[in-house]
Amino acid sequence: MVWFKRNKEGITTSTKEKKETPEGLWHKCPNCKTVFTENEFINNLYVCDRCSHHERIGSKEYFEILFDEGKFKELDADLVSGDPLNFSDTKKYTDRLKSTIKNTGLKDAVRTAHGKIDGQDLVIACMDFNFIGGSLGSVVGEKIARAIDHAIKKKAAFMIISKSGGARMMEAGYSLMQMAKVSGKLGQLAEHQLPYISFLTDPTTGGVTASYAMLGDINIAEPKALIGFAGPRVVKETIGRELPEGFQTSEFLLEHGFLDYIVERHHLKKELSHSIRLFRS
Amino acid sequence: MATYLEFEAPIQELEEQILKAKEIALTTEVSMEDTIKELEDKLVQKTTDIFSNLTPWQRVQLSRHPDRPYTLAYIDALTGGTFQELHGDRNVKDDKAMIGGFGLLDGQSVMFIGQQKGINTKMRQYRNFGMANPEGYRKALRLMKLAEKFNKPIVTLIDTPGAFPGLEAEERGQGEAIARNIYEMMRLKVPVICIVIGEGASGGALGIGVGDKVVMLENTWYSVISPESCSSILWRSWEYKETAASALKLTSKDMKKNKLVDDVIPEPVGGAHRNPQENFENVKKYIIKALAELKKTDPKKRIDDRIEKFCEMGVWK
Repeated sequence: MVWFKRNKEGITTSTKEKKETPEGLWHKCPNCKTVFTENEFINNLYVCDRCSHHERIGSKEYFEILFDEGKFKELDADLVSGDPLNFSDTKKYTDRLKSTIKNTGLKDAVRTAHGKIDGQDLVIACMDFNFIGGSLGSVVGEKIARAIDHAIKKKAAFMIISKSGGARMMEAGYSLMQMAKVSGKLGQLAEHQLPYISFLTDPTTGGVTASYAMLGDINIAEPKALIGFAGPRVVKETIGRELPEGFQTSEFLLEHGFLDYIVERHHLKKELSHSIRLFRS
Repeated sequence: MATYLEFEAPIQELEEQILKAKEIALTTEVSMEDTIKELEDKLVQKTTDIFSNLTPWQRVQLSRHPDRPYTLAYIDALTGGTFQELHGDRNVKDDKAMIGGFGLLDGQSVMFIGQQKGINTKMRQYRNFGMANPEGYRKALRLMKLAEKFNKPIVTLIDTPGAFPGLEAEERGQGEAIARNIYEMMRLKVPVICIVIGEGASGGALGIGVGDKVVMLENTWYSVISPESCSSILWRSWEYKETAASALKLTSKDMKKNKLVDDVIPEPVGGAHRNPQENFENVKKYIIKALAELKKTDPKKRIDDRIEKFCEMGVWK
């Protein structure tokens, strides 16, 4: 005897009445596959509670985490890229810019802001990887340069949060010279004895590593971030064998003497604020 | 034996005809003077034609021409044999891909620094194809600081397919080494002239490429990436290197037009390798003139101008 009997064949619910599980309720850690509710995950600063995997986040999240009460004044928010070379690969650069601006809600791969951290003045330039791989183009260079000028004017400490695949190829020579431009500006900041903290996050490679990311008065990083000059694939092709475990991670760089310390996101604000205090008291 | 690139084929043909005509004249006593004269005129015409219409990719090929003079050849010619090479970064080792030392230019001591490529297979390996490791950039910085201490101007000669992307290079901080050089070069109290004499590839070039005058020889390229790598990344294939070479605007003419370099030094017709002496003479003249001009400015102002120049680069709205 059957308990239930199907009266009608097939699925009878109309598409209109179908109930979907709302998206964005759950987050699955890409490292250990543990599932959290989105709220738990956000409250944990986008870090996996189980394996401590640090999810990539952007300027919006870092500003919220670092600035007192999440309050800050954004600088040069409206600067956007030109297309000086009339560049076109599989897609026109101007179209790529337009669609990226639309999809990300960002104007370019860096946002700069002035706020307080535990009551101390701090100017932050934070890169956004979502915007064409966080690539370094004219706007990134110019916004950081202006942020340094602002820090000098306000006698504030300065910090760059790096997260970038490197140069922006669509701006070719212009992109390369941004490395020189920001480095030159950092020299001016140093003349005013204002501390520059370079914070390296996953990933920091190419032209960004070969310029401002490595020039901090102190260089600090998030755990297990990929940091290098050449990308791992290129290095592997060059040497023709597998790369050693942990190659080009934050821990690797700390061991080889290129970082001052590694800091978990939960302790970032506290440690950063303490560093600034030690520079300025 | 000269090497000819694909687009130089008509030149090769004419040169071979001239050679043959000369041979005939020598062995048969038939007067070939008119024929030879005619061929030589044709050769000049043809060479001028070909070289006034080069595509960006052809310039890239020229910049890598195996007969093209490399850094040490320039320094020897510029200093008339007074160059004394200095070695080592005082930390790890002596990088053979980066060379440097003092030499006399027009009676005055100048610090010369540059990437060095090899002239044959064995030397190419020895020089690591002109791809410096971190110790190369740190040697360069040590020598620049030495020049600054004794108030001597610096001339860097850039010719590299890129900084070496090896495992040890990463361990020893390739990124940091290049970053440090860029930062310190911005603040050098002495005049700095940087000349791209062949390939100017990305950070590897910029690591010795910050100066009061950054100039390119006519048939060289300077950009953020090589056309081959750009093609493989943006088009996901090696086939588009010619398109990439055009898109990157990496020629001396384009770089000057976009105000990313200060000047272009013209090369003899047919490229630097066709008449090295004339080429060295052009470079020497340029350096002497530029140094005389730069020395008039006081060091503080020179540094400010240098930073200001790089700050003006870029396009935004």
